[in-house]
Amino acid sequence: MFEMFPPALALIGGALLTALISSRQLRAVVVIIAPLICLYLIWQVPDGVVVRGAFLGYPLELVEGGPVRRLFATIFAIMSATGAVFAFNHARRTELVAAQLYAAGAVGVSFAGDLLTLFVFWEIMALFSTVVVWCGGTESARAAGVRYAIMHLLGGVILKVGIEGLLVTTGSLDIRPLSAHDFSTWMILIGILINAAAPPLSSWLSDAYPTASPTGSVFLSAFTTKTAILALILLFPGESILVGIGLFMVFYGIFYALLENDIRRILAFSIVNQVGFMVVAVGIGTEMAINGASAHAFAHIIYKALLFMSAGVVVMRTGKHLCTDVGGLFRTMPVTMWCGVVGALAISSFPLTSGFTTKTLISQAAVGEGLTTVYFLLAAASAGVFLHAGIKFPWFVFFQKDSGLRPKDAPWNMRIAMLFFAFLCILIGVYPQLLYPLLPYAMDYHPYKPGKVLFYLQLLLFSGLAFFLLLPWMKRTLTISLDVDWLWRRGLPLLVKYVARVGKPPVGALRSRLQQGAGLLTASARHTMGHTGPLGRSWEIGTTALWIVLLLMVYVFAYYLF
Amino acid sequence: MTQPDDHWLIRPTTIRWLWIIGYSVLAITVLLQLVIPVKGYFGIDGWFGFGALFGFLSCVLMVFGAKFIGKLLKRPDDYYDV
Repeated sequence: MFEMFPPALALIGGALLTALISSRQLRAVVVIIAPLICLYLIWQVPDGVVVRGAFLGYPLELVEGGPVRRLFATIFAIMSATGAVFAFNHARRTELVAAQLYAAGAVGVSFAGDLLTLFVFWEIMALFSTVVVWCGGTESARAAGVRYAIMHLLGGVILKVGIEGLLVTTGSLDIRPLSAHDFSTWMILIGILINAAAPPLSSWLSDAYPTASPTGSVFLSAFTTKTAILALILLFPGESILVGIGLFMVFYGIFYALLENDIRRILAFSIVNQVGFMVVAVGIGTEMAINGASAHAFAHIIYKALLFMSAGVVVMRTGKHLCTDVGGLFRTMPVTMWCGVVGALAISSFPLTSGFTTKTLISQAAVGEGLTTVYFLLAAASAGVFLHAGIKFPWFVFFQKDSGLRPKDAPWNMRIAMLFFAFLCILIGVYPQLLYPLLPYAMDYHPYKPGKVLFYLQLLLFSGLAFFLLLPWMKRTLTISLDVDWLWRRGLPLLVKYVARVGKPPVGALRSRLQQGAGLLTASARHTMGHTGPLGRSWEIGTTALWIVLLLMVYVFAYYLF
Repeated sequence: MTQPDDHWLIRPTTIRWLWIIGYSVLAITVLLQLVIPVKGYFGIDGWFGFGALFGFLSCVLMVFGAKFIGKLLKRPDDYYDV
């Protein structure tokens, strides 16, 4: 039936097996092996369309290969396998099944050759990521999951409207570079940007991810926003509005993370921040920029999952999720602490970590296009990343004060997953030439020029100084920060209450008037149509005939005239 | 459960040494610019110590910017629960 086996099916098969197998050990083997088989299949996909199909007469391109598609699918599969190692002993079976289907959706989107196929896998991701959120098991996870699902289903509908419109106007569902110039293309762009957590709808991410289980948030951190970046690369490269949107996301993430007290919510805000860098790069749109967006997405998935793993272990071992409740954990959790520190250095793009060898590509692309303001804002943002994630996360969780907590370090499987990802962060940092050939465009780029390294060291280390000097102003408080979701979490109920209160007297008056009117109407109807009324009583046959003749004459007369 | 806390990392002498080492590293990264030229893509970013000053000032701005935004947006963390 197929020329080759679609890679996503390996994960779907793995999910079905996971759901059916009752032995824990066997299930662990399946959740780890299935993504590895998927990874093997990903590397068998050649360039071009390899699996076709049809739906309602529309030709589908179920699997289309290409360098950037393979790169994203590769990291999704690696993430899925490592996440499985991290999670298999602690996550519920439902969560493991949902996480595999969620990853299958991400791999499916990566290889989708047409917009209909993309949409189907897009919705699979929305569905099963919601299940992963719900596996948090708490009341807040349930509520946040509902909000998350509504947001993504809404985004899906907007995307679908755009796809239908594009089909009507161009007759093609092919995935190719578009530009946002009419209603349909705008709808597609907005639909994708909702999944990228772009403004004004960024809050679903920081709302839902921290409520998932310690293992669930690791999976959640990887797929949704990065498939959105891939979709932007494939559909809207060089769309200049993305530069502004991305810069907004970068600083939104920093400011909200600085205000945040929840450990995993800090990391969630910094996803928005990092995805912002990638959105800027797609907006710049040159070969160097697209390489930067792809490489940064690859590196980001690894260090962000590593950070969520580290935070997840802390949440799991201590049962606390606020910075104000933890601190001083370095004493008993050295592995978790060191892995967290490596992830924090990588996200801050410290030299010798993956963040440095990938994020500087984006800055270099801004230089290449002469975008002075963008370049300096990105540099300031790099300092800000070190501030809000690079130091803030490890400092408040592992050092800060002695909380008196002496939790055990991570279990062995979680250690393996964290150490592997920490190793990858450093490997890509030291040998970027392993990653660069996989990027969509060939390039000659050397990140480790002494002057550049020195510039970034100054930038980052003095940000560190600023952090410790300004610590008194960064005291954590037991607060949350309002976001646009206030509008529907508080604003809408308030509006309903207000309308009910203000509208009660006039609506009451209107109702009594209507009732009065209805009473009069009934009375008059009874009068005319009752047994004794002119229309209700029986008439003689001659009178009826007379009326008919009369009406007929009027009709004939009218017909003659007009 | 808490034993007397005398971890070497939190002793005042260690912390003093960490500050001394920290400040020395900061000084070295700036002074190294005398030996290693930083290529300024836009002129100003090649100035002596620009990276240090830019990083520090950006962070100060962001911390106080966040404080200001926090004044408007911060609410007690049970805000949505009641």
